[in-house]
Amino acid sequence: MTEMTGAEMVMAALAEQGVEHIFGYPGGAVLPIYDALFQQDKVRHVLVRHEQGAVHAAEGYARSTGKVGTVLVTSGPGATNAVTGLTDALCDSIPLVVITGQVPTHLIGNDAFQECDTVGITRPCTKHNYLVKTVEDLPRVLHEAFHIAASGRPGPVVIDIPKDVQFAKGDYFKPKEFQHKGYRPKLKGDPEKIREAVEMMAAAKRPLFYTGGGVINSGPAASEALRELVKLTGFPITSTLMGLGAFPAADPQWLGMLGMHGTWEANWAMHDCDLMIAVGARFDDRITGRLDAFSPGSKKIHIDIDPSSINKNVKVDLPIVGDCAHVLDDMLRIWRASAPRPDKKAFDSWWSQIAKWRSKNSLAYRNSNEIIKPQYAIQRLYELTKDRDTYITTEVGQHQMWAAQFYQFQESNRWMTSGGLGTMGYGLPASVGVQLAHPNSLVVDIAGEASVLMTMQEMSTAVQYDLPIKIFVINNRYMGMVRQWQELLHGGRYSHSYSEALPDFVKLAEAYHAHGIRCEHPGELDEKIREMIEVKKPVIFDCVVDPAENCFPMIPSGRAHNEMLLGDAAMSVDEAVTEEGKMLV
Amino acid sequence: MPNTDDHPLFATRYSRWENDVTTTTHYPASTTTEQIEIRTLCVLVDNEPGVLARVIGLFSGRGYNIDSLTVSETEHQKHLSRITIVTRGTPMVLEQIKNQLDRLVPVHRVIDLSAANPAIQRELAMVKVRGKGKERSAAHELATTSGARIIDETAESYIFEVTGATDQIERFISGMLPLGLVEVSRTGVAAIARGAEVMGARSES
Repeated sequence: MTEMTGAEMVMAALAEQGVEHIFGYPGGAVLPIYDALFQQDKVRHVLVRHEQGAVHAAEGYARSTGKVGTVLVTSGPGATNAVTGLTDALCDSIPLVVITGQVPTHLIGNDAFQECDTVGITRPCTKHNYLVKTVEDLPRVLHEAFHIAASGRPGPVVIDIPKDVQFAKGDYFKPKEFQHKGYRPKLKGDPEKIREAVEMMAAAKRPLFYTGGGVINSGPAASEALRELVKLTGFPITSTLMGLGAFPAADPQWLGMLGMHGTWEANWAMHDCDLMIAVGARFDDRITGRLDAFSPGSKKIHIDIDPSSINKNVKVDLPIVGDCAHVLDDMLRIWRASAPRPDKKAFDSWWSQIAKWRSKNSLAYRNSNEIIKPQYAIQRLYELTKDRDTYITTEVGQHQMWAAQFYQFQESNRWMTSGGLGTMGYGLPASVGVQLAHPNSLVVDIAGEASVLMTMQEMSTAVQYDLPIKIFVINNRYMGMVRQWQELLHGGRYSHSYSEALPDFVKLAEAYHAHGIRCEHPGELDEKIREMIEVKKPVIFDCVVDPAENCFPMIPSGRAHNEMLLGDAAMSVDEAVTEEGKMLV
Repeated sequence: MPNTDDHPLFATRYSRWENDVTTTTHYPASTTTEQIEIRTLCVLVDNEPGVLARVIGLFSGRGYNIDSLTVSETEHQKHLSRITIVTRGTPMVLEQIKNQLDRLVPVHRVIDLSAANPAIQRELAMVKVRGKGKERSAAHELATTSGARIIDETAESYIFEVTGATDQIERFISGMLPLGLVEVSRTGVAAIARGAEVMGARSES
């Protein structure tokens, strides 16, 4: 027990929780905490340019390290600006502790200057939140917040601290062990159910692993166990957008991403399998398509740490509540001990069916010598960065889907994208957070020109802290995904999806004291990407691409997995033996 | 903004998709309708500021129904409150409601009181009836036969107190309607499981 002010308690607790960096923006109601921050040297503060950027940066930091990301903002607008980031972190289960200043307790409810009902506003977009009304509660709340953010299904936690509580003196202590009466996430899965799951797996003729972000969130041990189990069983595996990297894309058992813009083979395998093993995935509407036609002939096993994810959209046959790493480990052990002999004949025919689907080459596109195809740009980016220590973030839209399709992730925690909420403007600030956590790595934000303008101001943050992030803008002068839907679903009426009056991205980069590159020709692409990698500064790379390109495959509205639309190139792949056919990728 | 109809890159390309794409939403249709059931849930929570807002916000935010809601601190020393919620939905939605409630940090336990052996459910209503003459004596008689108590009385009004299951209260109120009923205050349902078993906090069970 040491006597200190509430503001000093905040800094002490952050340091004790191992926080090295906090993203924030000062203001009246957090001045005491900023004062305490100034007088210590354990926690380094990163000044962002907008509070939304602070939260996304903390998300990028958390997702690339597995640690809890932290944010410090002021009351009122500081808190409301953080709301998009909080919702994003809730949707994607990212552990964050966000500290907000609040007006003094005696002014709460009086419509004071820069007052807002922070706990009221953030209640539905946090895993939990606190308004700390007395300094005596502060030490417990601070440590509890970290525990709740990181344990179970992770998520953002807000601590709202009135200014008088920041000034008040009290006894600081670190609670010995966190034992919450109501909150006790279950880590171990029911062994009986796991045994049953292994029996179902051993008897399956057309099995498939369908994995999601839960595997990444569960930590490296879960990815390890997943890789081992997939190898041991010989089953094919597909993953959601959030789960990319948990299983290496280079592996022959990998079918690519599934869902709305997933591969032909992944979606057909989902539709036709007789056993689906869902691991840390939540049957989101982008995955299932039409629910009554979703994988109609399969038994479904669902492993998830959050019971509310089970039977929410799709009824499953065998739910297992528990942490992915624990359950997969138990599965491995039981599988090894029982040494099942799967039906080899059925298995061979399942794999040969998958090979037929694969031969459709559903990601194929017609390349060009005149104009840069966005898919080609991402492929070249991948080829030129794959042997480096690379982290990828994205914004939201066509470029995001192409990045997921064409960038081959071999490791977990290398891919940071806004999945659940789909937040345009996520990628740039997220890359700031990633780069801060990994100063010597290559961090690339695969961006769209529309998205990136939503949080462009964070270039200043990158420049201020010497963070050499690479903003690779797939510039098609459209909100491409909106335009694609308008083309496909709204009779080609391109209502307000044109990126008008765009800035000159090269000059914009220079205005931020960063480095600008423009590339308009496929022939220059490699050389300019190399330049981008070599420059030891933040870079905005304006990659001018074909504005008409659409993202395929696509499961259209109200359709099932086996009713995918394909692009021209894949549709004609069967007869693609001409010279032109060789251009197909 | 360019005239996209004439844009050489897009000219009439969309016509290709017309046969493939029929509706204009990209969300899956809602699931087939299942039977709607009514359930009484008992939720044991830490009695801390905002806890009721969390529970109610969950219902409104996710589009669940609340037929009735009753809250009070029931274990003062442990600062535990008991929330009794009568809700309705398909079995899948009801399971979601229970799981979503259980996910809230201050929630200790969620028990479906209509699931196991049927629980005892009670509601209290205070009913103000205004009138004179025949109607007044009819109201008095109905109250007596229904087991209601008179808790306030003036020359031209009664306030009756009635306790019972929801349908009993409903019957009493509809009986009073033609007899000068002017105001009703109801508590909502309180419920408790039959038998010796106790619904305590998780740490004790």
